[in-house]
Amino acid sequence: MSEAYFPVGPGLGMEENFLSLDDILMSQEKLPGRAESALPRLAVLMGQGGGSAESVPEGSKLEIPLWLAKGLHDSKRRIISVELPKIYKEAWRTVFSADANVVDLHKMGPYYYGFGSQLLNFENPENPEIAQTILQANVHCPFPPHHGLLSERLQRGHVCAGGSAGRAGTGSLSSGPERAE
Amino acid sequence: MAAERGLELVRELHRAAGGHLPPFRTEEMRQALEEMRALYERNQADVSEAKAGRTDLIFLIRFRHCCLLRNQRCLLAYLYDRLLRIRALRWEYGSVLPNTIQFHMSAEEVEWFNRYKKSLATYMRSVGGEEGLDLTQDIKPPKSLYIEVRCLRDHGEFEVDDGTTILLKKNSQHFLPRWKCEQLIRQGILEHVLS
Repeated sequence: MSEAYFPVGPGLGMEENFLSLDDILMSQEKLPGRAESALPRLAVLMGQGGGSAESVPEGSKLEIPLWLAKGLHDSKRRIISVELPKIYKEAWRTVFSADANVVDLHKMGPYYYGFGSQLLNFENPENPEIAQTILQANVHCPFPPHHGLLSERLQRGHVCAGGSAGRAGTGSLSSGPERAE
Repeated sequence: MAAERGLELVRELHRAAGGHLPPFRTEEMRQALEEMRALYERNQADVSEAKAGRTDLIFLIRFRHCCLLRNQRCLLAYLYDRLLRIRALRWEYGSVLPNTIQFHMSAEEVEWFNRYKKSLATYMRSVGGEEGLDLTQDIKPPKSLYIEVRCLRDHGEFEVDDGTTILLKKNSQHFLPRWKCEQLIRQGILEHVLS
């Protein structure tokens, strides 16, 4: 309707655009994580009702939004460590490489591409595979639900993904039991 | 906590598709700023305690800081996106905005609009020789000088260049110069008839 309205679009590759409404909503999506030390109950802090215990013991599972994960994460993993959500793990990656068209992205997570690109920010030995999968899925599905300029975004971010994963990381992203299988 | 109000503002704006401008949420904005102030004050207090030795507070301080940054981001994006929409209004509706739209704008946004209008007018005057160049006309390359238009609702009298007035009544059709009609077409008063 309004042809003169040019909103700030989503960011390229691993960078978000600060003022982009799309990126703000995308970074609200939740990530599974793990408390690396005893933390005060996040649920209470986030205003979601009272809990019984004062604090959450070390090692317990958390679900936090991406923006909080990025803010609390550091390379020494003192506060939290972040896990890969299911859909970016090895099992799902093979589904995507087999035939990306069969996956219903609306159900699995509305910001698959953008969120996946953001995951590359947390050092994880699987990063090159993740980047590859997202890129391939976009190439084979020409009409992704969000973030249409994905291949351009990823190509620009691709160098960073390869770089950070190449560094021998104290991999702060744990890949869970799937690895052992 | 955790910037819910800021996020709600962003969500509402994101839902308003096509550059439509929803009303300015003064109350929610005030509450979000209040939340930020409270977070900041608590952090100020805790930082001096943490420096005095209470390292267990560091997580809380960091958490509140993340919330502050998140709030800041949501509010800035909200305000900025609204300005982008208001800027588009100048090109869609011309220098005088319909009242319904003006009600949706805050006082500061109205002032911003006026200043933008002025900047644009100064620029347009400086381009294109003696009388300047109206950039808001002919946004798409025109095919002919005169066009056939139908009136969609009563608009009253309308003066053409040679002095004659035309009465714009609902469903009346006229053959008018393109540049006079363009503004009215965009406002939805006239409709370009393609026969």
